Amino acid sequence: MPLIKNAAFTENQFVHVADDETLPQGNVIVSLKRWQTERADLITRNAPIGVRLNSDQSAEALAGDVHHFALIEIDFPKFRDGRGYSSARILRQRLAYTGEIRAVGDVLRDQWLFMKRCGVDSFEVRPGTRLEDFRSALTEQTVFYQRSSDHHRSVFERRHTACQALAAE
Amino acid sequence: MYRYDEFDQKAVDERVVQFSGQVARRLSGELTEDEFKPLRLMNGLYLQLHAYMLRVAIPYGTLSSKQLRMLAHIARKYDKDYAHFTTRQNLQYNWPRLADVPAILADLATVEMHAIQTSGNCIRNVTSDHFAGASADEVDDPRIWSEIIRQWSTFHPEFSYLPRKFKIAVTAAPKDRAAIKVHDIGIIIRRDAADVLAFDVYVGGGQGRTPLIGHMIGESIAAEDLLAYLEATMRVYNQYGRRDNIYKARIKILVHQIGADEMRRQVAVEFVEVKAQGALALPQVEIDRIAAYFASPAFETLSDENPTTANPAFNVWLENNVAKHKVPGYAIVTVSLKPIGGIPGDASAAQMDVVAGLAEKCSFDEVRVSHEQNLVLAHVRQRDLLTVWQQLAAAGLGTANYGLITDIIACPGLDYCDLANARSINIAQAISTRFANQDRQREIGELKLKISGCINACGHHHVGHIGILGVDKKGVEFYQITLGGSGDETASVGEILGPAFGEADVPDAIETLIDVYFAKRSPGERFLDTYRRVGIQPFREKLYAAH
Ligand code: SF4
Repeated sequence: MPLIKNAAFTENQFVHVADDETLPQGNVIVSLKRWQTERADLITRNAPIGVRLNSDQSAEALAGDVHHFALIEIDFPKFRDGRGYSSARILRQRLAYTGEIRAVGDVLRDQWLFMKRCGVDSFEVRPGTRLEDFRSALTEQTVFYQRSSDHHRSVFERRHTACQALAAE
Repeated sequence: MYRYDEFDQKAVDERVVQFSGQVARRLSGELTEDEFKPLRLMNGLYLQLHAYMLRVAIPYGTLSSKQLRMLAHIARKYDKDYAHFTTRQNLQYNWPRLADVPAILADLATVEMHAIQTSGNCIRNVTSDHFAGASADEVDDPRIWSEIIRQWSTFHPEFSYLPRKFKIAVTAAPKDRAAIKVHDIGIIIRRDAADVLAFDVYVGGGQGRTPLIGHMIGESIAAEDLLAYLEATMRVYNQYGRRDNIYKARIKILVHQIGADEMRRQVAVEFVEVKAQGALALPQVEIDRIAAYFASPAFETLSDENPTTANPAFNVWLENNVAKHKVPGYAIVTVSLKPIGGIPGDASAAQMDVVAGLAEKCSFDEVRVSHEQNLVLAHVRQRDLLTVWQQLAAAGLGTANYGLITDIIACPGLDYCDLANARSINIAQAISTRFANQDRQREIGELKLKISGCINACGHHHVGHIGILGVDKKGVEFYQITLGGSGDETASVGEILGPAFGEADVPDAIETLIDVYFAKRSPGERFLDTYRRVGIQPFREKLYAAH
């Protein structure tokens, strides 16, 4: 699957490793289960490590551990399954994770902006996706009523910028 | 009422452009119907039995005359000259063409309207008390808070793919006219001992296949924390609501399965986390800004008068459809969309124009849509009541049946709806015709009769004093009757009487129930009161003995 990051196609630098496979050299992505059972060994590796969250696995399971990861993959098995949006927000805001969050699975054009707002910064997309579609999908809407993980100020706040500046003086 | 600022307008305009692109991609075949479906559902566009149906949001049921005129214009230009007001305080067009929908949305945007989030598994249009701002019993205008919730929930990035649709209702009066306890989240605004606003949050109510009354999960939440509390509740639901079975995916099932106490605990934990982020705390300047739009209109200083005249028809209407206003000399008028034998909630373009004109001249330019599928002119001078009634009556809108047995709520049913098991409109028409006699209706008194064409309960049958549910038995329509439901502050779910009736037998069955009520009632009791006192047995015995 093509991968988009920072508004450009990019090579996937990580390989998925199944739970019963031996770990190869280099960047790997393991399941949450494998992370939890082999944590002691995994943190001694000196290559970047990624972990994959299924949609029924809460990001809370990574509390205290996020600094070990260069990548956290969130699976969207069906686009209708929106649990991953909460996972991304919890990772970014509550757990203060700053590495890459990648949306994988059924990741469609009309979800990209919401995902990005929740903190996703790389997207596994359908073959044939055009970069211009990606760019326009992220810019079609510019009014955000609520704060999320992307640090856009909410409309509630933007309306009162002047007041806030005054209050801060 | 609320007016868009540049942000609100831009949000809606951008959406029109975006959806126009999506429709173009669908029409060109770039999107399959399967891929298009979630997109159109984010914009209120359903594919029904015979055609597309477009549901337009009327936030908390408040409209300006200009907006209502635009709704009439769209009905005329793009539809069959009428539209349908729903139990969600929304409006539905039954016959738009897909290719016209972008133009309809563009027209709506010119009057600060849209169809955003009127469908799909997202936070739907917020509903509220249709007497807001006019009734003496409210502690604040609930529309201020409904508007704040509307904005927060619009394009919410985290909560647009919930397990299931999500409905929020708000009331600020002890008399609950918004049925808040049968919503996913219902909010009651109170004033505490220090006269400060406090928000009680009820979670997990709902109708449909599993009717349940909401539990109070959040008590006395402070105004500035309201959104944080809602966000916390939504996050718990988004993560833990069931997604394996659409019939078990509403938040009520989650609350039912883990229990209200556990739900309260989980939300409380999340609430602490969300509050710690701080970003959702509502700035007081913003609350004030929105509140200013709902300031009372410039009422004249008048005193109450007795508007009765020598015209008995007017007097009956006055008694039934006119309620007390908080300001002396004014009145709240309910415009019945339930003419005898008509289709509940339908209004023609011409009728909408008449109501818009009256609102402009006689009600500070404001119209309300009630969840009971009527319209409301909230601020009419008592001395204008006669003129208002005359003009309404001339347009076929003068039916004096508010709250009576012919003021029936009915969903569109099998005449339109893809999910229906049976028709609802025919039953509403038959009962309405049977009980047409005005004196008899008044003799029966307040009676909420509600009809749904399937278990999804869009016609709110579970909370009808008499509820009727259409079922399908081997291709034949049957109707199951429930008694004793109520959607107000004493909310209860109706109890099933017994085996269902064929279409032709329903009016007789209702007659029998009314006979039992007459035989059993104590002075001053409404149907519901009698039912609650004597229970279902006498009704059951008489009904099934007779059949
Ligand atoms: S109750 Fe059923 S038949 Fe009626 S509108 Fe809802 S889904 Fe359709």
